[in-house]
Amino acid sequence: MVRLMTHNLLACHAKGCTTNNFPLALKDVQIELRESDFNPDFLKGFLPKLDWPALVLAARQLGDETLPLQQPEMLDDEFLKNLHHVLLEIHIEEGSMTCPNCAHVYPISNGIPNMLLAEHEIG
Amino acid sequence: MSRPELVAPPEIYYGDTEAKKYTKNTRNQQIQADMTYRALELLSLPPDEPAFLLDIGCGSGLSGEILDEEGYMWAGVDVAPSMLEVALEREVEGDLFLQDIGQGFGFRPGSFDGAISISVLQWLLNAETSHATSSPPHRLTRFFTTLHSALKNPSRAVFQFYPSSDDQITLISTIAQRAGFTGGLVIDYPNSNKAKKVFLCLMVGGGGHVPKGLDGDGDAAEDSTTARFERRRERERARSRGGKRKSIKDRDWILKKKELYRKRGKESVPNDSKFTGRRRKAIF
Ligand SMILES: C[S@@+](CC[C@H](N)C(=O)[O-])C[C@H]1O[C@@H](n2cnc3c(N)ncnc32)[C@H](O)[C@@H]1O
Repeated sequence: MVRLMTHNLLACHAKGCTTNNFPLALKDVQIELRESDFNPDFLKGFLPKLDWPALVLAARQLGDETLPLQQPEMLDDEFLKNLHHVLLEIHIEEGSMTCPNCAHVYPISNGIPNMLLAEHEIG
Repeated sequence: MSRPELVAPPEIYYGDTEAKKYTKNTRNQQIQADMTYRALELLSLPPDEPAFLLDIGCGSGLSGEILDEEGYMWAGVDVAPSMLEVALEREVEGDLFLQDIGQGFGFRPGSFDGAISISVLQWLLNAETSHATSSPPHRLTRFFTTLHSALKNPSRAVFQFYPSSDDQITLISTIAQRAGFTGGLVIDYPNSNKAKKVFLCLMVGGGGHVPKGLDGDGDAAEDSTTARFERRRERERARSRGGKRKSIKDRDWILKKKELYRKRGKESVPNDSKFTGRRRKAIF
């Protein structure tokens, strides 16, 4: 049940891993699509939190090409609907996320990422 | 009062059996729900604005279900796989993470508009191994510092918890303060043994004063909180017409989308099978 909404907020939290630790690279993912209520106000409020290039990259990797490379200034309905789908309706069920800096792998099983660190990785 | 945190580490204590028992117990459901509503009240989010919240130690989603009903988006973290498994079975809408909050968070700055945590913080007060990173002060520091940065400025985090001494309260408050939070304790029904509840109300970005605790014995006063949220819930229901969203485990719909994804050249679309669109069992 991890969605791109939260994937986009997640950096590596292993010890000493503070730069180049985002976005976590998605590997071998299986996705499930689940419809959810369209809420344009939520999306507009969420936009400033997003790292746009990372979102587009992740979406394309999952096969969704609907988002433009540049974040548009005009938030029309079509754009918001696409954003809604990308952020909230694509659920990553299996796979893993790898830190681009320290290469720590966070496995995703049954929709739940395992964020636990080994003792020597704890900051 | 029983102290599960002294019995075993959380992921052991909340094993399959206890996780189910905990979640099914209607009296427990009611208590956790009341405290969740109160925590939301203390969060004092701007009314009618969508918000993205963090549920710290979300367990089996008893609070999460209320967040869903209230129309909030949320993510939840918990260290007990069995509790998360029950949350999955109950089909809560938040994104769930298996995470030990004492190891800190990796959420980027300003990710959340607020955080709640119901009956969890006391678990951080016991050392589980002799390793330096497992001492309570170390874990609390890691937790509060990374939480502070994950929260938007300004915003709040509200914790209901069960301290067992004033020293514990001082330890927690001092570390939270060092991490950059302001705020303090809110004690509801301080004179009632039965109804007394302790909330730690932390703020990012200063401003705002610590709300007052509730007086009395907890019988009459409850209505006002519930009433206020009742109204919000009505509005949300009206908004989403027909209440809960459709779950589209609908097979046809999935097949259609898979087809679309294949056309777009995505490689890892699972093959269609007789299991497509079936409910999956949670396994860890
Ligand atoms: C009493 S339950 C409360 C669950 C939920 N908040 C509720 O109100 O129903 C305490 C929860 O805290 C979780 N917990 C304890 N220590 C934790 C830690 N270090 N990191 C994450 N979760 C923890 C336990 O796994 C358990 O689910």
